[in-house]
Amino acid sequence: MASVASKLYSDDVSLLVLLLDTNPFFWSTTSITFSQFLSHVLAFLNAVMGLNQLNQVVVIATGYSSCDYIYDSSSTSSNHGTGNGMPALFSSLLEKLEDFVTKDEELSKEKNVSKDRVASSLLSGSLSMALCYIQRVFRSGHLHPQPRILCLQGSQDGPEQYVAVMNSIFSAQRLMVPIDSCYIGTQNSAFLQQASYITGGVHHKPQQLDGLFQYLTTIFATDLHSRGFVQLPKPVGVDFRASCFCHKKTIDMGYICSVCLSIFCEHHKKCTTCGSVFGQSKLDDVSSVSDKKRKSPDT
Amino acid sequence: MASGQVEKRVKYKSSLKDPGTPGFLRIREAMLFFVPTDPKSDSKLKVLTQNIKSQKYTKEASNKPPWLNMTNKQGRSYIFEFENYADMQTCRDFITKALAKCEEEPTKPAVSTSSEQLNIADLEMRFKLLRENSELQRLHKQFVESKVLTEDEFWATRKKLIGKDSIRKSKQQVGLKSMMVSGIKPSTDGRTNRVTFNLTPEIIFQIFAEKPAVRQAFINYVPSKMTEKDFWTKYFRAEYLYSTKNTAVAAAEAAEDEELAVFLKPDEILAREARQKIRRVDPTLDMEADQGDDYTHLMDHGIQRDGTMDVIEPQNDQFKRSLLQDLNRHAAVVLEGRSIDVDSEDTRIVAEALTRVKQVNKADGDTTKEANQERWERMSRVAGMEDLQAPQNFPLAPLSIKDPRDYFESQQGNVLNVPRGAGALKRNVHEAYGLLKESILEIRATGLCVPLIKPDVSFDVFRSLTQTISTAKNIIGKNPRESFLDRLPKSTKDEVLHHWASIQELLRHFWSSYPITTTYLHIKVGKLKDAMSNTYSQLEAMKESVQSDLRHQVSLLVRPMQQALDAAFQHYEADLQRRKAKSGGGERPNGYV
Ligand SMILES: [Zn+2]
Ligand SMILES: [Zn+2]
Repeated sequence: MASVASKLYSDDVSLLVLLLDTNPFFWSTTSITFSQFLSHVLAFLNAVMGLNQLNQVVVIATGYSSCDYIYDSSSTSSNHGTGNGMPALFSSLLEKLEDFVTKDEELSKEKNVSKDRVASSLLSGSLSMALCYIQRVFRSGHLHPQPRILCLQGSQDGPEQYVAVMNSIFSAQRLMVPIDSCYIGTQNSAFLQQASYITGGVHHKPQQLDGLFQYLTTIFATDLHSRGFVQLPKPVGVDFRASCFCHKKTIDMGYICSVCLSIFCEHHKKCTTCGSVFGQSKLDDVSSVSDKKRKSPDT
Repeated sequence: MASGQVEKRVKYKSSLKDPGTPGFLRIREAMLFFVPTDPKSDSKLKVLTQNIKSQKYTKEASNKPPWLNMTNKQGRSYIFEFENYADMQTCRDFITKALAKCEEEPTKPAVSTSSEQLNIADLEMRFKLLRENSELQRLHKQFVESKVLTEDEFWATRKKLIGKDSIRKSKQQVGLKSMMVSGIKPSTDGRTNRVTFNLTPEIIFQIFAEKPAVRQAFINYVPSKMTEKDFWTKYFRAEYLYSTKNTAVAAAEAAEDEELAVFLKPDEILAREARQKIRRVDPTLDMEADQGDDYTHLMDHGIQRDGTMDVIEPQNDQFKRSLLQDLNRHAAVVLEGRSIDVDSEDTRIVAEALTRVKQVNKADGDTTKEANQERWERMSRVAGMEDLQAPQNFPLAPLSIKDPRDYFESQQGNVLNVPRGAGALKRNVHEAYGLLKESILEIRATGLCVPLIKPDVSFDVFRSLTQTISTAKNIIGKNPRESFLDRLPKSTKDEVLHHWASIQELLRHFWSSYPITTTYLHIKVGKLKDAMSNTYSQLEAMKESVQSDLRHQVSLLVRPMQQALDAAFQHYEADLQRRKAKSGGGERPNGYV
């Protein structure tokens, strides 16, 4: 296959790494069921693979307490024939997904993490896994499909993952891998907006979830090469809010270390990241508000 | 003079390691005294304030004892350890004030001389920077020419800019041309057989560098035995003989003319150098792969100067040079670069300078260790071309993350904004997972839902997407990456950018003037504040003047600028109030009046 492939890898061959939100707390609150959602997603994946024979799809489940690869089209054997009219590819995906959910549940019991954590998914984990996979593809030689990441996310952001998520986003930016994001929850996600904005991907929040397949194929099926010719939806503003490094609270105003750019919600004597000692101006009490830097939605 | 004197209990240290002598530090405007508690101690001290050049002090947050370290103009330093920071602060402020007084009297002439004394190179550098950077030029014009900032203040914040460029003035040495000397073509007058060579100092340098024997011969013969002109005529005669490849003729002429023979014989000096180099080669090096390249002894596959094959005549061997030899030698010299700094028209000076360099090199090369060292240094020098490298002087601060969990996770417990219904979620963990698994089972059993999507839903999606895209296009502009600035008329855009640059310049000077310890800073801050108010009203005017459809966006751009200015104004007023309150109370601990 490789030798044939080398002749055929043109700029529109894609590697799509899909991050699938499997957070049970999110899926127990939605208007469409998880199975309906999966129908749309599987059909979309099928469409992507149909667009080009060499397209590759990898699916990573973003759970509540763990993440894992649940599907890789390059390694799954494609023998046909199961019942209910589904390609063998997807029955293997669903099988893995079921195992994953079972394990994820056990982990959440074990760690008892749910006590005071926001019911967010481990986006930072699955982003890192996606980037590792892509890094491996990059190192396999210079003939490879064009990678991109698509986050299908519904749960809210976990501010405690801020640093890890931002680090992943900047790695993706360096690798020039766009992160597309499709947010299907109720509030919009600042993480995903920033991820797509920074990496040059597309961010969209569908209005109606029963048309998800249409959104996915219309917006997110477009390969990177073709994006140069297609008008894709562009968000008017980006939520640039950050989390403070000290409490991982989402803040829109705070203190920034002038040496390492760490963000704090309150004045510290010393930067906890780089150790720089902050001088305390005598007038701090008078004008503490004006010293803060504001980070607000950009327009 | 209510506060004409300050006295504090201190320990005086003559050096950092000195445990210190306890006593009193008494500071008056013109002088400071240290009186040790023990009258027998001989560490009494008397320093004229005007002799103090600078003072350094420890910061409260640094966990160090409160030290004040004064340096006098002779470079001697006096360290005082105070009992607490407040004492130190008081003394420091007192000295600052006294120093400012000292400076003020002779200041008026001093300021102008300081810029006069600037060396020409610095001034030139400033002009060059202004010339090359129109933005800088505009700022300079706006603030220095209108006397908001002094020339020195303006450049003080740009030391990097000046420093970097002066370093960059290039230590890179100019190499030799890669053209070979044998490529120099004579000009002919077309009638006689006479040819004329035009020798430039550069060519002469190259000949001397490539052919040490010629260099030596020049030193030996010119002018005692022959004129420079005769010397070169002979040299080119020899070169001509080489090029004819007629070794028999060359041998015959060499036999008659011993000076000419020098040019025709193999270069002894070169051969010696080569032998020396070979001796310096690491004895464990396997040279087999390189054997064909050894240019000094081996016959080089019979390729001659112009590349034609030739029959070897062993007896006249020494009168023959090969193209490869010439190429190798030339390459070596090009790589060495211009190893001397002499830029003289006088051929003899050049020849002697080259010889000296060679001798120094040889002396250096005598011990293999030093030779290796030199080679390494040379290699690292050659490998790192300054102008190809990023500036190396990044100030680095290593991270002090002790536990990565502190960095990636919460540092102070899980004080999180608890989501709505988090408690309810907890109870339902099992239920929620159950639901999820049920869904997966369902799709495994029944397959994808049919139909996947209803046509009218699809249609709705298309319609809403089209609408989103077209409205976004209106707001953002055609090119999604195009910034709003590009949609403004050019003059407005330039104005916005310039305002931003000048506000930054003003704010930088403004904030760095606090805390205000001298009258000088007080005046400076006043001037800066006026300039900022000016800019503020210009911003307002600009907002008014833009077209109405752009006004909203422009005001969004202007808002952060105004916020930054507002913060500065607020600080200015608060500071002023505090000062007034303090001076009203008759107490002036902090200096200026
Ligand atoms: Zn905090
Ligand atoms: Zn820091």
